[in-house]
Amino acid sequence: MFDDLRDLYQEVILDHGRKPRNFRRLEDADRTARGDNPMCGDRLELFVKLGPDGAIADAAFQGRGCAISTASASLLTETVKGKTLEQAHALSDQFRALAMTGTCPDCGEALSEEMERLQPLSGVHEFPSRVKCATLAWHTLNAALDGAKEASSE
Amino acid sequence: MSFDVERARRDFPILSQTVRGKPLVFLDSGASAQKPRAVIDAMVRCMEERYANVHRGAYFLSEAATEAYEAARGAVARFINAADPREVIFTSNSTMAINLVAHSWGRGVLKPGQAVLISEMEHHANLVPWQMLRDEGRGIELRIARVTDAGELDMDDVAAKLADGKVGLVAITHMSNVLGTVTPAERLVRMAHEAGAKILFDGSQAAVHRRVDMQALGADFYVFTGHKLYGPTGIGVLWARLEHQERMPPFLGGGDMISMVTLDRVEFAPPPAKFEAGTPPIVEAVGLHAAVAYVSAIGMAAVEAHERALVDHAMRRLSDIEGLGLLGRAQDRGGVFAFSLDNAHPHDLATLLDRAGIAVRAGRHCAEPLHARFGVEGGTVRASFGLYTTEGEIDYLAEALTKAREFFA
Repeated sequence: MFDDLRDLYQEVILDHGRKPRNFRRLEDADRTARGDNPMCGDRLELFVKLGPDGAIADAAFQGRGCAISTASASLLTETVKGKTLEQAHALSDQFRALAMTGTCPDCGEALSEEMERLQPLSGVHEFPSRVKCATLAWHTLNAALDGAKEASSE
Repeated sequence: MSFDVERARRDFPILSQTVRGKPLVFLDSGASAQKPRAVIDAMVRCMEERYANVHRGAYFLSEAATEAYEAARGAVARFINAADPREVIFTSNSTMAINLVAHSWGRGVLKPGQAVLISEMEHHANLVPWQMLRDEGRGIELRIARVTDAGELDMDDVAAKLADGKVGLVAITHMSNVLGTVTPAERLVRMAHEAGAKILFDGSQAAVHRRVDMQALGADFYVFTGHKLYGPTGIGVLWARLEHQERMPPFLGGGDMISMVTLDRVEFAPPPAKFEAGTPPIVEAVGLHAAVAYVSAIGMAAVEAHERALVDHAMRRLSDIEGLGLLGRAQDRGGVFAFSLDNAHPHDLATLLDRAGIAVRAGRHCAEPLHARFGVEGGTVRASFGLYTTEGEIDYLAEALTKAREFFA
């Protein structure tokens, strides 16, 4: 009945949805922001810890959401680790293009390895009502990096 | 009277289509119902043959449109057994009808120190307007009656909150859009009146599923919307006793709601025109007329009986599904089922069901406090029935839910 949904719910997504990585509070975070999708009630808090070099030393999140938003946040925390703020911003832009269109023709080689890891979420672009689920964590990341406290994917 | 659901389904053109290669199983009528051919045709005919603005022109078309608009008012009045068609005010939907009462009665008639009593299971449409009234600093309190774990209105709490006689208005749903619970309306009317309060019912769900009788019920205000009643969007109904309408200041000002205007002063039109400022929903009124004629021809008793059978069937089928948590198990309930399934998020579940051609709503259904009350802040999936819903569709839903559970396991 649901076989064709395996494109959207790939094993990686189901796995990260069930067992999100870095699902904890970072008490000594340098940047935090809350993300809210009032339409579906998804809500998360993102924590970013910067290292002495200014790059992202650690990232974590807490909250509640669907498999897609949880998996997206989980993969986010894994892929932004070690990135400079500039790289994290660029990754966020690229990911959102991927989620909305399924491809990212303007994506260069610089973050290709990270984008490869995020590729399983690209199937969401075929589900317009679900794109926001995938992008919520990334909107929240931008808010955190920009020093804003709240982000909404509405 | 026997009701042939398969025959009724043929009246709804949209139901014959396939979605994602599967026959459409539309289980979101609680959000908005589909439209029978009779409604669609009546609206087209109105625009093709009888359309002009109402209450304005001394020419054939305007008179014909005015007649059709007022005939709709009469038909709605008969549908709910109102004593007088002037008790029927056309609004744009239930939300606007409640806002009209909140603005006009709430600000013009309620006194500082008085309270409005609602319940925990209100749709935001019957919550937010009262919060806004409370927060205006007019000294109007908002009280909220609790809901029991079974999803019924806690009548002891209602009584307790009415006891000091300060409640000026009770505003309560007649049927929950999440729990399906039908509230004991007659008893609530009695309790409110004994406590010196007026009472408003949000009948957005109830009026679709049951015969509502204004003269028998004896309430003060009753609201419902056209689009859930197989009619068009853009039209709703506020039923209000004439004596209340007389006391209420207008809500919106403009054309059609005045009897005389100079630059210095204005005299308002008598009810219900006083509350219908501007060009009203003319085509929509014609559509609503056709909708009430359609359901009346089937008979609300037959609609209700069909739905009772569906509710019993759904209760059995859904209870069989492991991991399914149903919100509310009221004794008296209508065809609305909100549930969670293990740890599957409602949006993931709705996406899966959509693949099977099943349209359900996921989220909090404009009732966030109620979801918090039941500890499901993340929302639920809601299946809601219409007169065209079949037992076969419920079986198919149950089958899809079982498979969805395996998918996420």
